[in-house]
Amino acid sequence: MIIELGHFSIVLALICSVMLSIIPIIGAQTNNAHLMAIAKSAARAQFLLVFLGFLALTWAFVTNDFSLTYVASNSNSSLPLGFRISAVWGAHEGSLLLWVLILSIWMAAFTCSNNDMPLKFKARVLAILGIISFGFLIFMLFTSNPFLRSLPSPANGLDLNPLLQDLGLIIHPPLLYAGYVGFSVPFALAVAALLGDGVNPEWARWARPWVLVAWSFLTIGISLGSWWAYYELGWGGWWFWDPVENASFMPWLLGTALVHSLAASEKRNIFKSWTILLAIATFGLSLIGTFLVRSGILTSVHAFATDPTRGVFILAFLTIVIGGALAVFAANKPQSDSLADNSLAARETFLLTNSIVLSVATATVLLGTLYPLLIDALGLGKMSVGAPYFNSVFIPLMVPLLMLIGFGQTAHWRRDSFRRLFSIAKYPAACATTLAVGAWAMLEGTGAIQAALALLMAFWVIVTTLKNLYLQLSNATKISPVRRAFLGQSVAHIGFAVTVIGVTLVSIYSVEKHVRMSPGESIEFSSYQATFNSIKKITGPNYSGVEATFNVTQDEKIIAVLFPQKRNYNAGSQTMTEAGISAGITKDIYIALGEKIDTEDWGVRLNIKPFVRWIWFGAFLMAAGGMIAASDLRFQRLNKNRHPSTQT
Amino acid sequence: MSPRKKKMLTLALAVAGLALATALILTAFEKNLMYFYSPSEIAMGDAPENRPFRIGGMVVKGSVIREKDTLGVWFNLTDYAHERMVYYKGILPDLFREGQGIVAKGGLNETGLFVATEVLAKHDENYMPPEVADALKKSQKYQNLK
Repeated sequence: MIIELGHFSIVLALICSVMLSIIPIIGAQTNNAHLMAIAKSAARAQFLLVFLGFLALTWAFVTNDFSLTYVASNSNSSLPLGFRISAVWGAHEGSLLLWVLILSIWMAAFTCSNNDMPLKFKARVLAILGIISFGFLIFMLFTSNPFLRSLPSPANGLDLNPLLQDLGLIIHPPLLYAGYVGFSVPFALAVAALLGDGVNPEWARWARPWVLVAWSFLTIGISLGSWWAYYELGWGGWWFWDPVENASFMPWLLGTALVHSLAASEKRNIFKSWTILLAIATFGLSLIGTFLVRSGILTSVHAFATDPTRGVFILAFLTIVIGGALAVFAANKPQSDSLADNSLAARETFLLTNSIVLSVATATVLLGTLYPLLIDALGLGKMSVGAPYFNSVFIPLMVPLLMLIGFGQTAHWRRDSFRRLFSIAKYPAACATTLAVGAWAMLEGTGAIQAALALLMAFWVIVTTLKNLYLQLSNATKISPVRRAFLGQSVAHIGFAVTVIGVTLVSIYSVEKHVRMSPGESIEFSSYQATFNSIKKITGPNYSGVEATFNVTQDEKIIAVLFPQKRNYNAGSQTMTEAGISAGITKDIYIALGEKIDTEDWGVRLNIKPFVRWIWFGAFLMAAGGMIAASDLRFQRLNKNRHPSTQT
Repeated sequence: MSPRKKKMLTLALAVAGLALATALILTAFEKNLMYFYSPSEIAMGDAPENRPFRIGGMVVKGSVIREKDTLGVWFNLTDYAHERMVYYKGILPDLFREGQGIVAKGGLNETGLFVATEVLAKHDENYMPPEVADALKKSQKYQNLK
């Protein structure tokens, strides 16, 4: 009964989304305030109905209702309760429901934003979000309905994929989706601006917090996925340039460009067309990401239970939404910028270069991700693009980006000179160089030069950012305190540098060794000694397996005791590797069991991962920076008297 | 500098930068494209000799042989028309099993043995890598023609 109610409320939500897509638009065209006011209630009603549907499906998982095909294929009565709840979004149908739920949450949040947007503008934004939710609700109900029953119901379920039975997977999809789907709001804001009053600094001020929050969620979502892959897949890798990872990384890159371009649009009323295009393209890439993951055309750990007809639907939807938005753009293009009185060393130039570099980076990832699919679709053969491609392209792109951060944040808007920029960069540059040379002296091996150069760039960003922050803080007064937008920007830039440090050191100085060992044996690796002490049988709630004990010593002292496991899940008889990890600030020691060979021996994977935590900590700082900036009071301000466009 | 000159300089810099980036990107791309070949295609001599590629097929039941005291392992891959022996030294993925589909990266040595640098198997019980499914379909068609 509860299931049917949930199903029914999703159908009602679909009706709401139809009303939301049509009525407010008519209201906006005819200036009818009553029709426009429907947007708010329809959006809230849709959120409530989708939420009820989501609760109903969760209820089915909690009560082990295996008459639902979706529950039967993704849960099992022996699955712990926490994982039964996260199994709701463990496969395609449920994750689509989560997608729609998060979209509805964003819409409901938008109805609560209490700044000075005109009613007409708000109505259009909500209507566009309504069209997007209509597409996804239709898609879910007709191709991927999680509420379908198959009677007679099986006695027990097939169980959740063991890879997903993990804390990381409880939180990774909702946060990632919050980011992905969050970019629908800037998209809707962009299209609504084109349909209405156009793009102006005030519009940019409305858009900024939404872009920042979506970007922050996406940052956290991606880094959680990376962290999960690191400890759960048992390979010790943190990024594989897998197409599905790329699918989330592309909107992130373009979203980062959008954050910066939008800042220029707000402060200087420039880059308007470019900002709008970025907002459209970022959401377009989110849709492409959904298409890639859900169509089954990818070889990936993420592409569970997929179906080509779904891919066709998403592709058609993508074409309509993005094509429509671009058509609106072509018809109502914002007037072009006047930068004639700008000097080349002004901040605008740095922000423009940021956009160019990040767009090129996005294009390279897009090429490496889509080209193999295109060749395959044309029947010209099967191929893949190796990780070295992405690495060899990305590193030269990141160097100018890091360099620019240091200069860009000190440059003035409109007018500045390179002479001034270089002269104030002297001391930070000297400081960063000293630090990098110091680091170089501690580094060894063939990669030391590259590592030191990359560290130089990261130190440069950190030192210049801290210097600016210090200057701002010491100049701050009670009346004009340091603005949160500036604070957030500084935190995010430092976070980026921290991630770069982590990526550099873990890429160059990781040690990996595959060995064959039996209990009692010891092996030297790097400056450590690993001893395979013992192995014992273990039993979990829905699996059985073995757990090994390893002592890791350095200079005769025990520095870590690790317990890697090998599990066999009962329901699907799948094997899983649980790595033993000793986490640290400067390094992780990572041991995973391979398979049992003959009677006594095991394949063992030993890894040292220096500074790997910095990658995720840096991402956390970036996301925190985005959130701090989004909370800047200026974005919530009710603006009675419109401010001049050049105000900073 | 006059505004006109400034504009030209900016434009020239941007074009040069983009050209450099494109050149870098396309070279790296060309170098790292990795093609996929089935055992049948390798038997027909389609596979490159001095460039790594990917092979895929079903692991032949009973073909897995372990090297003594190391992690070395030999096994045969089949698309049910031809077989190819593969050697790999390292830890195999959890889902590597006899009778299941896998994909391996590597190249042929002079004796025709495929020496793998990486073995991939997907983490799903019913899973068959799409490349392998495709290769099986092709070899089946090929046999029907005979």
